[in-house]
Amino acid sequence: MIRDQEFLKDIASYCIENSKKLGATDVGVKVIHSVSENVSFRNKKLDESNRADSFAVNLTTYIEKKKSSINSSDLSKSNLEKLIERCIDATKITPSDENNSLPDKDLMSKEIRDLNLYDETHYPNDKKIEFLKKVEETASTDEKIVNTEAGFTENKNNFILANSNGFLGGYKTSNFSSSCVAVSRINGAMERDYEFGSTRFLEDMMEPEEIGKIAADKAIKKLGPKKIKSERIGIIFDKRISKGILSILASAISANAIARGTSFLKDQINSEVFPNSINIIDDPKIEKGLGSQNFDSEGVETNSLKLVENGILKNYLIDTYYGKKLNLKSNGRSGGTTNLYFENGTSSFKDLLNSEKKFLYITETIGHGGSIITGDYSVGASGFMVEDGELTYPVSEITIAGNFKEMFKNITLANDLEMKYSTNAPTLLINQMTVAGK
Amino acid sequence: MSNFFKETDIDTLQAEAIVTETLKNCDDGELYLENHKSESIVLDDNKIKSSTYNSDQGYGFRAVTGEVVAYSHSNDISKESLRKSSDNLKDTLKSKKGTYNHEIPKTNSKYYENINPIEGKTFDSKIDLLKSVNNYLRSKGSIVNQVTANFLGEHKSIEIIRSDNQVLKDDRPLVRFNVSVVLEKDGKKETGVYGVGGRQSYDDYLKDGSWKDVCDEAFRIANVNLESKPAPAGEMKVVLGPGWPAILIHEAIGHGLEGDFNRKKTSAFHSLMGQQVASEGVTIVDDGTLHQRRGSLTIDDEGTPTENTVLIENGILKNYMQDRLNARLMGTKSTGSGRRESYKHVVLPRMRNTMMLSGKYSQDEMISSVDKGIFAVSFGGGQVDITSGKFVFNCTEAYEINNGKIGSPIKGATLIGDGPSILKEVSLVGNDMKLDPGIGTCGKAGQGVPVGVAQPSILINKMTVGGTKL
Repeated sequence: MIRDQEFLKDIASYCIENSKKLGATDVGVKVIHSVSENVSFRNKKLDESNRADSFAVNLTTYIEKKKSSINSSDLSKSNLEKLIERCIDATKITPSDENNSLPDKDLMSKEIRDLNLYDETHYPNDKKIEFLKKVEETASTDEKIVNTEAGFTENKNNFILANSNGFLGGYKTSNFSSSCVAVSRINGAMERDYEFGSTRFLEDMMEPEEIGKIAADKAIKKLGPKKIKSERIGIIFDKRISKGILSILASAISANAIARGTSFLKDQINSEVFPNSINIIDDPKIEKGLGSQNFDSEGVETNSLKLVENGILKNYLIDTYYGKKLNLKSNGRSGGTTNLYFENGTSSFKDLLNSEKKFLYITETIGHGGSIITGDYSVGASGFMVEDGELTYPVSEITIAGNFKEMFKNITLANDLEMKYSTNAPTLLINQMTVAGK
Repeated sequence: MSNFFKETDIDTLQAEAIVTETLKNCDDGELYLENHKSESIVLDDNKIKSSTYNSDQGYGFRAVTGEVVAYSHSNDISKESLRKSSDNLKDTLKSKKGTYNHEIPKTNSKYYENINPIEGKTFDSKIDLLKSVNNYLRSKGSIVNQVTANFLGEHKSIEIIRSDNQVLKDDRPLVRFNVSVVLEKDGKKETGVYGVGGRQSYDDYLKDGSWKDVCDEAFRIANVNLESKPAPAGEMKVVLGPGWPAILIHEAIGHGLEGDFNRKKTSAFHSLMGQQVASEGVTIVDDGTLHQRRGSLTIDDEGTPTENTVLIENGILKNYMQDRLNARLMGTKSTGSGRRESYKHVVLPRMRNTMMLSGKYSQDEMISSVDKGIFAVSFGGGQVDITSGKFVFNCTEAYEINNGKIGSPIKGATLIGDGPSILKEVSLVGNDMKLDPGIGTCGKAGQGVPVGVAQPSILINKMTVGGTKL
């Protein structure tokens, strides 16, 4: 059972009071309880069951402009007392920084709206097992599938965020997720692919048969890949990975990267960064949204932000500390983006595939070859060759490379946006990148 | 006596009784207790950006029967919590017909001292050193645009209670010191990162001004990259420098030789035992017994003493890395490779210090044999798809080779290859094996554990370089 708000509030208040007693001028604290149950299956047999019950306290104390933090999983008051003392001792001897402070009072979230983020339904392990049997049953229908793994996780969280300026808020959230990994084989060579669903409410979960079928179909389609010649070519990013472009944008426009001068988008505010057809939105108040929140990790109210409007960069993602450095007010993005998405494009998926004679359609990238500082990008990739609008054969062991600045300006979006993750993008074409292969 | 039951409503004897009762008719399992203290102090943008102290304690209770693992963890060490976990495990494993294997090798070896590096250096002196790093690097000129430096220290105490009251303990120090610098020249920015660490005190790595060497190395890498040209795209010869570039071995071969993927037959290596998987001069080991190294362990997280496991000997695949579960199911012995990130995680077979041993060639011989290719000296991270065998890693310092001579530096690029075939493309193995500086963390199934790598210089006949220049 997840602990209630009163229990968490009691610990938060204890931390604030004791820190103040020992000399803290300001205090911020978060208390979290989470319970998670996971069952996994492999080749139609139970493989692992895992139950997790975790508490955490994150405390930051300030003495004027000095700051230090502690984290602990032991909520006993005797342990907290020792740790608070240690935190205050460290605060006293940490050099001060004029930008250290709690958020401005008038920016704090005033009311908590019910965004429908908590489903109290408990899905017992027996039910999870039934679900997973169906996933694997469907995934292993084709004889080319030689291995399947499937998992179901149920998560319940409750938290309280409080500070010494009187802010205190928190709420419960839940998450159900299910996944399937399928391994296919032909002539001794294997390929792996997956599908997964993640929702706030159990009732919104994909059907198990759908998860299994998609994973298996994708794994089979990848069999017998070819390595292609190195060339310059238009690259279509599958929806599963096109959202990665938004994650890169989010890192590059975080106040942190901008203030430190380590972003390839520094000084680009109010400049054209994308083609003028492109709008990018970050909306924290979507009902049941996987990235939804009432306030950010400092308690600052978060509202919908247009990050990019008609191709022009309009907003950074700002927290209190780096906001002060930039002389800008926090816009409730301490902790990053919420539900981030591209507004839909105009061409259908089919039209996009037909817009040139030949494309490379990428379904997976591996490696972390993107630099926010220089904008240079180079990652391993696999996918399919597209000729005359049709996926002709699978491709692997290649890399794709370019520079984000140039890539952003050459994006065309399809109109197939779905809100499946916290960051979402439609299928996306980037015209002319370098593929390295044979 | 256990330190974990002080100030709780349960004592060691009672805990042992719950463990023995829960694991009745199971094949394996244990109660794993962990106390983890860690600290992070970060200097960034001329300021002490953050100082954080973490204190985490909890248990993970595991019961194994056949292939099935039931796991329950909590940070509440109490009678009620343990009882609840026990019920949860028994409830999951309904039909148990196992025989608990009580045999667990004992060890008198210790590969590191029981010190707490966090307390071994005062907070003040850590702050002072970070400031010195900042001043030292910024004094190198106005091209220094940004400096980040940090201390990461930890002390982990673990206790493993097995069925019938066997108790195994280990205390593990670990430190890491990192410097990152961003240089700016003619509107171009590049970064250089370097760090050192291992299972000793901070001062073992930083004394006598050796912290300046760390700064100099980060500065040198950034400076080289300022002059870099676009990297080439396509297949070519690649010379890898010694030391850290061994993450190629880690990604290309290491993960594919972990027991779980081979038992499940999802690794591209699962049917290759005893076969030639590398050129004849190639020998690769995974060694948990190197003194004070980042990837070393006296006992693994199941209590098995670690060892030096030969993975590939003269090109022939000899062994997989095993934890107890996968070893039992594959009819072999644990190699002391059962590891977990923390009490919140189940044990998996993992790498420790993965090393390719020296051959007989000099680096110069390799470079002069290459007409057109690249020479890669330093790397960021890597990743592998163990099923298809395809792996990547990212160069952070590399040069072109033209007609046997090292040419201009090239921009960071991803290299991609195929695990089971890449080691057959190794044509020369160098005589200069070197360990990495002690900063590696390996990720698998969402769990990060500290690891090491080592290798001599090697020449690879053919690999795809993911640059932009055709």
